[in-house]
This record gives sequence, C-alpha cells and structure tokens, in this order.
Amino acid sequence: MRVIITSVLGLLFLALPFIIKSNYLLSILIVIGIYTLVVEGLGLLMGYAGQVSFGQAAFFGIGSYTVAILTARYHWDTVAALLAAVVIPSAVAFIIGRPTLKLRELYLALATLAFGLLVHIAFNEGRELTGGPSGLTGIPYLSFAGLILNRDIHFYYLVWAFVLLVFLAVRNLDRSRIGRAMRAIRDSELAAEANGINTALLKLQAFVFSAFLAGLAGGIYAYYITFVSPSPFGFNMSVQFVLMAVVGGLGTVWGPVLGVGLVVALGEVLRWFIPLVMPRAGGEYQIVFFGIILVLVMIFRPEGLSGRWRKKQAAAEEGKGALETTTT
Amino acid sequence: MQTHEQLLQFIFSGLMLGSIYALIALALVTTHNITGILNMAQGEFVAIGALTACSFYEAGFSLPAAFILAVLITAIVGGFMERLAINPARNSSPLSLIIITIGVSIALRGTALLIWGTDPYSLPSFSGGESLHVLGAVINEQGIWILGLVIFAVSGLYIFMEKTYWGKAVRACVINRVGARLVGINPYILSFMAFVASGALGAAAGIVITPVTLATYDMGFVLGLKGFVAAVLGGINSVGGAILGGLLLGVLEMFGAGLVSSGFKDAVALIVLIIVLLVRPEGIISAVTGRRV
Repeated sequence: MRVIITSVLGLLFLALPFIIKSNYLLSILIVIGIYTLVVEGLGLLMGYAGQVSFGQAAFFGIGSYTVAILTARYHWDTVAALLAAVVIPSAVAFIIGRPTLKLRELYLALATLAFGLLVHIAFNEGRELTGGPSGLTGIPYLSFAGLILNRDIHFYYLVWAFVLLVFLAVRNLDRSRIGRAMRAIRDSELAAEANGINTALLKLQAFVFSAFLAGLAGGIYAYYITFVSPSPFGFNMSVQFVLMAVVGGLGTVWGPVLGVGLVVALGEVLRWFIPLVMPRAGGEYQIVFFGIILVLVMIFRPEGLSGRWRKKQAAAEEGKGALETTTT
Repeated sequence: MQTHEQLLQFIFSGLMLGSIYALIALALVTTHNITGILNMAQGEFVAIGALTACSFYEAGFSLPAAFILAVLITAIVGGFMERLAINPARNSSPLSLIIITIGVSIALRGTALLIWGTDPYSLPSFSGGESLHVLGAVINEQGIWILGLVIFAVSGLYIFMEKTYWGKAVRACVINRVGARLVGINPYILSFMAFVASGALGAAAGIVITPVTLATYDMGFVLGLKGFVAAVLGGINSVGGAILGGLLLGVLEMFGAGLVSSGFKDAVALIVLIIVLLVRPEGIISAVTGRRV
C-alpha cells in the first residue's frame, strides 16, 4: 500500500508541470522546494537535536551570495560556484558552531539571532563585494554538461530532485544510530551524555548539516532569481523558516514540506485576500497573521501539524521539572 | 582637533542612548526574573508606547496626558499578551515560549503597521529649554529627561521590591519559585504583573526618546535587541547589571559610530552580544555578586 501511494505521488510530481501549465503555480512550487531544503535542515536541528537557530536565513544568504559573487564577479564555472555555495556556509557553521552550541536554548537563540543580523549588515555594508543594498546582477544560467537551466520547469525538477535526496537522507538518519542519539539529546542532554553519546559533536554535525542545506538552497535560489540583494536574507526570513519548521511538525520527514507548503500558500492567499478587505493594505500585512499563527500553533499544537512529538516532549518536560525541583 | 571634548561628547551621548537601553533591559530582567521568559516582544512595547503617545498628542492632549495614557495603554497590551499568549502556554518548553514571544512581536509590529503606517511620528521636546554645555560637550536637554526617567523608574522599582508585599513576593519567586508557591504566593498573578510593568516601562522608554529619534512602527526591533544585549551584558538576572550594561553599551556604540563608522553602530551591539555570550554568558555583573539574585 505504501509503495503504491508513494509511486502515485511520485508520478504526480513528475507530471505536475505538464498538468498545471501555469508559470505562477510552477514558480510557487519551486520556491516551496527551495525553502523545504532549508527547513529540512532546520527541522533536523530543532526536532532531533533540540537546538533552535534564528540565523538560518544567513546561511541561505551566504549560499546565494557565494554563487552571485563567484559567477558574476569572478566568472566561475556555475557548478563549481554551487559547490562553493554548499561548502562555505558549512564551514562558517563549523567555525561558529563549536563555541556557540555550548550555549543553552535561550542563549543559543540569541547568539544565532545576532549572527544572522551581523551577516545581514555585512551584505548591506560590504559594497565592494556584495553590491550593498542594491544587490548584484549578472548571475549566469546554471549549466552543466552542455545543459542550460533557464526555464522554470528545469528548476522544478532540479529542486525537487534535491528535496527527494534530502528526504531519503533524513529518513535513513532517523532510523540510524545517529538519529536515535539525536532524539536522546533532544529529550535529555544529560541522559544522552551519560549514555556515552558525544552530544557536542552530534549537535555540531546537525548544525553544519542544516547550514549545508541552507547553502544549497541559497545557491539554487540565486540561479533561479538571477539577482541577489540583502532583503530576503534578514531576520524576518529566519523567523519564517522557524515558523515553517514548527507549523509542519518537528521530528518528522514530511513535516518541513508540509509547513513550507502551508506557510507559502497562506502568504499567497493573504496577498490576494487582504487587499480585497483592506484596499489600503500592502503586502507586508500578512506578517500580522504569521505572528498570530505562530503563537496559536505553539499554544495548541506545539508538536506541529504532523508531529508525533507531544508525548515524548511532555515526558521530557516532566523529567526536567523533577530535576529542577530536586536541584532548587 | 579638540579630541578630549569629542570623547566627552561620545560619553555623554552614549550615556543618554544607553539609559534607554537600560530601561528596556530593566523591563526584560524584571520579566525574566519572575517568569523565566525572555520577552522578545519588549521592543514592540517601546514602539507602541511611542506611537500611541504621538497619536494622543496629535489629537490635542497635553504632553503629560499623552504620556500617561500611552503608558497605560501599553501596560494593558502587555497584560493582554500575558493572558492570551503566555499564560495558556506556561507549561511549554523554553523554546516554545521564546517562539511565542517572537510570534507576538511580529503580530504587534504588523498591527502597528496597520494602525500607523510607515510614516515617522514626532513629539516636541519635553521642556523647551536650551542645551547644556559641560566642559565643551553639549548635552541635549531631552537627555536630562531621559536620565531623569531612568532614575525615577529604577528607584520606583527598588522601593517596590524592598518595601511592598508584592515586591517581597517577587523576590521570593526569584529565589525559589517552588518555595514561593508553598508559602502561598501566586506566580501567575506575578507573571501577569511583570508583563504589565514591562509594557509600562517599555512605553515610557519609547515616549521619552521620540523627541530625539522620531517614532516608527519598526523602531522596536532594534531597541528591543539593544535591550537584550544590555541585559545579557549585565547578567540577565541582575537589575544593577541591566542598568550598567545599558549605559556601557550606549557608550560603546557611540565610540564605535564616532571612531569607526555610523553604519557600524548596530554591529557593535551584536558583536558585544556574541562576545559576552561566548566568554561570559552569565554577564559581567555576576562576577562581582556571584549567583545570588
């Protein structure tokens, strides 16, 4: 049964660009795919390793700018630039992750937030390299082995092929020793440590992997939009990534794509709907609803829409509470 | 080059700016001490307070009346936030709570955008007096008001904590939440009061700087962030630390802007935050006072 459902879904996805015939819908599907790459990584970091990052848009942006700078300024081969867009954010995550991941939840959130804002300032201020607030143009089409990717349909298949790979990777990870170890960290770092899990190393690996995926997504994004500027890589985007991860559900493979799909779809619907109700309103008003939804989801369904997390989390909280009572 | 006068100017301007950060940090520390929550929507209280005061002033209220009304309204907003968003989720993990406060901050910022739009608003300076000249440096007279407000807020908070029943309850809660509940202190009422107070404090901070910096719907984000840096810098549990951290951050920023570049000003706070988090996450003050609160 599972096999049949999966194959039907797979075929549907392959055929989708020929069915919908709408460039607008196709572009939304591409954006969903790109964000899904980021959110799979963030979901792994949050749902498995129990760490939050409010700087994920920075890795996304570093990936985009790497492609833009290397191709538009230094005329690198496009595939090599995409590789660099994966390597550089991973390296940055490795360097900053080592000291940062020692921090507890609250402080880690603040540190990643500060990192994200600093990178955003650097995009704006590093004019010689990044073009400052007006951004960089002149990114060539992504091409390899004589194949030039210059149409939406190409990107559709490229992005979703990567998403599929990531799905498989995360699924395998979930069932592996590392996956179990990560969930152990999320539930109780102390207990995980006591069982001989190298928690520091695992958290760092999850962080680097999330940056790796964000960089990949950023690189593809740069080739798709063929223009980079600082605005899509700020704090709001980081919050949206967290929102997507949380709404979809932490600790599942399908959660991220569900969360991204819902948040993007909601954003589009609001963009159409709000001007009908409030003619004076601009696009930015959708952010009010995002905020409210984020609060409601955290209150009523903190495990997200596809979550299987609640029971475990409740158990972990009980454990923590007991620990707190005994130590205070 | 009158270098020493320039340096003195940096220090004065930094102290003025820093006392705003101190005030916001004070609100953050109060909430954090009582509820254990780091309220990411604190900056939005600042913006809402400032914008509400501008609206009342434009509607013909006198400046003191606009000030008081705006502080009251923002305090109510803080209370609503606690009842509607924080209290229903009080048993959630710290991560969920921080995401909730971020959600509230986004919603409040969006609501401010809906109500006030993107235009900057302004208030006249509180007294029409002249700027003071001290040793060749100029002190804007609004700066005196700002310092005065900070001193007023701090001494008010001190008297509240030391002299009133509720203040003692707060301190008991800070020392041991379980113990406080055992002797009949209700932490849920205290949590509500903490958010009301931080709404009022934030609003006061926002209103008093509006004559200098103008008020916009998105002013809260940067100010809230600076409040965080100040609170973390001073030690998130320490009221004295919050004030010292705020003043220090203000002076550091002014030197950063004056000696390096003005585009660098916001980066100073972020770099300070990262360094403090990595080197001394318990803040600079707790080195002196230990872990006692």
